[in-house]
Amino acid sequence: MDEKAAEKAKVLVVDDEPNIVLSLEFLLRQAGFEVEVARDGPAALEAVEKFRPALVLLDVMLPGLDGYEVLQALRGRREKEGLKVILLTARGREADRLKGLDLGADLYFTKPFSTRDLVAAVKDCLGG
Amino acid sequence: MLEGWVILAVAALYLGGLFGIAYWGDRRAAAGRSLIANPWVYALSAAVYCTAWTFYGSVGRATTSGIGFLPIYLGPTLAAALWFVLLRKIVRISKKERITSIADFIAARYGKSTSLGVLVTVGAIVGVVPYLALQLKAVASSFLVLWQAASESSYPFEQTSLLVAAVLALFAILFGTRSLDLTEQHEGLVLAIAFESVIKLVAFLAVGAWVTFGLYDGFGDLFARAAALPEASKLMTYSGSWGEWIWLNFIAMMAILFLPRQFQVSVVENVDEGHLRTSAWLFPLYLLVINIFVLPIAFAGLLHFGQGAVDADTFVLALPLALGHEVLALFVFLGGLSAATGMVIVETVALSTLVSNDLVLPILLRRGERREYPRVLLFTRRIAICALLALAHLYVLFTGTRSLVSIGLISFAAVSQFAPAMLGGIFWKGGTRHGAMVGLVGGLVVWAYTLPLPTLVSSGWLPPGYLESGPFGLGFLRPYALFGLEGLDPISHAMFWSLLVNLGAYVAVSSATRPSDLERRQARRFVDVFELDPGQGAEPSLWRGDTPLDEVRDLLERFLGPERTEKALAAWAESKGIDLRGRVSADAELVDYAEKLLAGTTGAASARVALASVAREQKLGVGEVLYLLDETSKVIATSRQLEEKSVQLEAATRELQGANERLRELDRLKDDFLSTMAHELRTPLTSIRAFAEILHDHPQLEEVQRTEYLRIIAKENERLSRLINQLLDLAKVEAAGSDWNFALCELGEIALEALASTSQLAAERGIACEQAIEPAPALRLDRDRLMQVLLNLLSNAIKFCPPAGGRLRVGLAARGPGVRLVVEDNGPGVAPEEREAIFEKFHQVALPVAGRTHGTGLGLPICRRIVERHGGTIHVEESPLGGARFVVDLEPSDG
Repeated sequence: MDEKAAEKAKVLVVDDEPNIVLSLEFLLRQAGFEVEVARDGPAALEAVEKFRPALVLLDVMLPGLDGYEVLQALRGRREKEGLKVILLTARGREADRLKGLDLGADLYFTKPFSTRDLVAAVKDCLGG
Repeated sequence: MLEGWVILAVAALYLGGLFGIAYWGDRRAAAGRSLIANPWVYALSAAVYCTAWTFYGSVGRATTSGIGFLPIYLGPTLAAALWFVLLRKIVRISKKERITSIADFIAARYGKSTSLGVLVTVGAIVGVVPYLALQLKAVASSFLVLWQAASESSYPFEQTSLLVAAVLALFAILFGTRSLDLTEQHEGLVLAIAFESVIKLVAFLAVGAWVTFGLYDGFGDLFARAAALPEASKLMTYSGSWGEWIWLNFIAMMAILFLPRQFQVSVVENVDEGHLRTSAWLFPLYLLVINIFVLPIAFAGLLHFGQGAVDADTFVLALPLALGHEVLALFVFLGGLSAATGMVIVETVALSTLVSNDLVLPILLRRGERREYPRVLLFTRRIAICALLALAHLYVLFTGTRSLVSIGLISFAAVSQFAPAMLGGIFWKGGTRHGAMVGLVGGLVVWAYTLPLPTLVSSGWLPPGYLESGPFGLGFLRPYALFGLEGLDPISHAMFWSLLVNLGAYVAVSSATRPSDLERRQARRFVDVFELDPGQGAEPSLWRGDTPLDEVRDLLERFLGPERTEKALAAWAESKGIDLRGRVSADAELVDYAEKLLAGTTGAASARVALASVAREQKLGVGEVLYLLDETSKVIATSRQLEEKSVQLEAATRELQGANERLRELDRLKDDFLSTMAHELRTPLTSIRAFAEILHDHPQLEEVQRTEYLRIIAKENERLSRLINQLLDLAKVEAAGSDWNFALCELGEIALEALASTSQLAAERGIACEQAIEPAPALRLDRDRLMQVLLNLLSNAIKFCPPAGGRLRVGLAARGPGVRLVVEDNGPGVAPEEREAIFEKFHQVALPVAGRTHGTGLGLPICRRIVERHGGTIHVEESPLGGARFVVDLEPSDG
């Protein structure tokens, strides 16, 4: 599935923590995805326009616009183009999780998460 | 030639004639053709005020103090001007309540109080006995003057006085307590008194005219001769104190209203309120006329006898005798006798009514003895008259030779003690029984101590030292200079203290005590007597409506006799249009009527006690109580209280809501804090786990990358432990009473130390450090905690300095008694809207230079807690260097 670069699926990582971004970039590239990074909400929306990812890994606590707001802004693309969104958050409350899923996120990962599970989930989303 | 037997015969004839007049008056009254329904009779009967004191004593006083005798007549003249306000009200109340005496009046006003009735009775007796003594003395000495002139033989004064007392007692009994018919009014007596007033006036005018126009050539001649005589001329200007003058006027005003005999003739015997109109001018006129010749007679006496040879009190009689006008002298004697008998008879009758109604009857009723009361009461009154005159005689014996006027003034002063309770009672609803009691007792005690008691000194019953140095040598208790009040004459002095005590206690105690329902009701009936509609009668009774009619009838019969009882009940039944026959129980209205009926005989207090033995009192009927409450004011007060309570409740509710709100807010803050803290903890954990897993899952990684990832893990670990440490720090700083170590130390020293420990880091970043540490007072500080603050501020400053050309400055200076510390840099500064937020937990500011270590967002909150714990403040502003300027202000504190 990851033999040809041209066919590589595109993933956008949105987080303001440099070290988390660094680790996700590495993991996703290793898993054969083309990765682009955004560090805040507005940058994320811009990157979606330019980069046209198939999936967005979206942190909730972001400067500028928070993850929920970005999620809402991406609603059109999710419905028309089947853009997938996985929320990542350090907020562990059940209410936060439900809110994310209600807003249309495909999956919801609470930090700290298992990197294997996350990579598997990304593959799952894009492969299925 | 005047003979002894002639004097006696004329006196006897006169008294007999007087009795005849009284008898005639009573007969006419019984026949329904009253002779006293005449304003002139009413006004003349009020002239019973003018006693032997006036007749003989005025001249005596005029020989020593000139017009000093006048206040005794000016006071009543002033009072007469007020009669239509004052006396009319008293009369109206007395008619309505069937008042029989002054004691009855006061007792009735203050809740028909038996004890108050007893008190007033005792006060009246004690006060008036000297006055009775005065009459005895005057009659006895005038008789002796005449007797000596007639028979040229002397007769012991004491025996004469006793004889006079006996004769007067007999007449008083005959006039006042002749019949079993114990009504409150004595028409015959009033008629006789009015007649006597004419006799004494004519007698005095006769001798006055004879002296002025017979002996001398009119007023001008007499006064001109007197002016030539030193002891007479000095009387033409008033030499006494004006204070005394005013007090005398005052007590005379009170006396004309409250002397028992004046109350008897002016109030009890009044048959028509309209008579007051005539009396208000006729009575003062009488006083004026009877005083016209006082000074002329006094001057003539002095001119004729010289000073001291003849008792000036007898000038009126001695002048005609000395000049051989025996018939005139006899007439003068009759005038004096009529003045004295009129006073004695009315006074003793009035006092005997007090004794029987207010002293004896309550005791009998309390004992519950069922006797034939009229007989008992009549007997009591007769005994009382004899006892009073016996007392008066004893007083004459004991006090000896005091002048008539000074004795009379003592009585006037006693009677003035009734003024607060009486006047307060009819104009002030707030006066209470306790107030009246305490005021009266206090006033009478002071009166007794300062006036009658000292008279016992001159008669040798008390040692003279008692007056000069006080009892037991206690100077402040000297009876004529109480508490060091010197320089006043005895009357002014006694009146000042007794009225001060009396009025003060009356007002103070009244204000401090609550009147009973009955007192409140009586207060209203007295004070508002003119406002209450007499026809209405809607006032609820205090009696219960289920009293057996037979018992009421029985009770009335015991006092009034069967015939009068039957008549009275029939009259009532007719006026109400009901038939009493066949009735078993008396309703409340009938019991009220019976009470009024009885009150006319027994006085209000005793009538109430008597009826209470057969009828039961209404206790706490709701309507009644509400009626009696001074309705509106009370109800309004209650509803105001309710309103206040509900306002208080609302306030309490609002407070509770506020507290609840704050609790919820705190809960929300705690929730937010936990959520934020979880986020802060999870973020480094995420990196650590991610890189750990990467390292584990990708063993083929290059060495460089592997090292880099391990460095990241270590760094995130560090961040995590720093965060945890700061959280613990914050918890400690926030916990009240945790281990703080305050000691006096200099903040400058701490600042220097903190600078030293961060200087290396600053140097590495090429930051120029400046310092301006000035001497400042040492403060009580926790050294370690403040070091923490300084390190935090310094490391923040270093962190936010630009990568090149960074500047950092630490300043410290005294500021008032405290110290100001400043840490500033030339970094990006803090935006105005952020300046408060940065002190909140987990608030983070974007770093100017990528890659520098993230703060935990707890440093500044911790700093603020520490500074605040020292009672100081911390804030941030723009620095002249261009960056942030943190300012810490500390004040000296006790902790």
